[in-house]
Amino acid sequence: MKIISKLWIFIGVLIALSPLGLLLPEHFKAGSAWGEWGTDEMQELVGYIPKGLERLSSIWSAPIPDYAFKGWEEKPMLSLSIAYILSAVVGILICVGVVFIFGRFLSKKE
Amino acid sequence: MHIPDGYLGPGTCGLFYLAMLPIWTAASRIVKKTLNARQVPLLAIGAAFSFVIMMFNVPIPGGTTGHAVGGVLVAILLGPWAACIAITVALVIQALLFGDGGITAIGANCFNMAFVLPFTGYYIYKAISCGAPIDSKRRVVAAGVAGYVALNIAAGVAGFVFGIQPLLHKTSGGQALYCPYGLNVALPVMLGEHLLVFGWVEAIVTALVIKYLQKPAPELLAEGRKI
Repeated sequence: MKIISKLWIFIGVLIALSPLGLLLPEHFKAGSAWGEWGTDEMQELVGYIPKGLERLSSIWSAPIPDYAFKGWEEKPMLSLSIAYILSAVVGILICVGVVFIFGRFLSKKE
Repeated sequence: MHIPDGYLGPGTCGLFYLAMLPIWTAASRIVKKTLNARQVPLLAIGAAFSFVIMMFNVPIPGGTTGHAVGGVLVAILLGPWAACIAITVALVIQALLFGDGGITAIGANCFNMAFVLPFTGYYIYKAISCGAPIDSKRRVVAAGVAGYVALNIAAGVAGFVFGIQPLLHKTSGGQALYCPYGLNVALPVMLGEHLLVFGWVEAIVTALVIKYLQKPAPELLAEGRKI
């Protein structure tokens, strides 16, 4: 098998395993990454919400926030894991699409 | 290390967008000169790899999470300029579609993870592996060291950028306007957690994939064909 095909399979395996990145932090009760708290967490941590942070934090409303579907916050971990995998698939398809479009413009014709 | 919206003041955000403009321009120009149509799938795999590896949040029990970036591996295989483009694509999609990293901080996040990280990683790998045979152990070690050091340097830069915010932006009452933690907290925390945990993840991932590729794909590790 060509190495490129093997690398695509490797990416596929990583996508399938990606919910580990959701389940392990949940299991070990690890919170948000440092410096990536929401405004509620900020209130708890420092006792106030910095004014500029409050204003800017909602400047962008992502369609699939935090690799989960909107309104799924209370769903069981299994659903969240499926959403996580679907997010990985969608994100990677777009990555690959964008690189191929770039590649058309950037690459030399042989 | 994905700085969200609201943690950096407008000046910092603008400065990093400005800093990235010439870097993105140079990357496009250099990649255009050297990229063969045959290598485009590899570039796509690089972007995909970086995207998915960043979803593997590693917990520090009871504390916080972090992750590898995969950028050093992409830089070793494709060269730092192509890696810059691949990681930028992943970061922009993460910000726009998934709210992972702020849209105002895309410049800053790309500076750390798509510029500082692949370039330091690439040159550390090159310095250590210089002249070593393709299938040598030294290349695996070089890849691991490069992954570890580069992720920590990028984390240090992120910590510095977080930490200067309270110095730059304060209300008259002394409250922070953006990131409330100064250098005395942000720098040691960002560096500490990456030195202790997340740096090792980047090191292991980078070293293992290079080790795996040595036998079946020596051409990917050959020197002198980087972008």
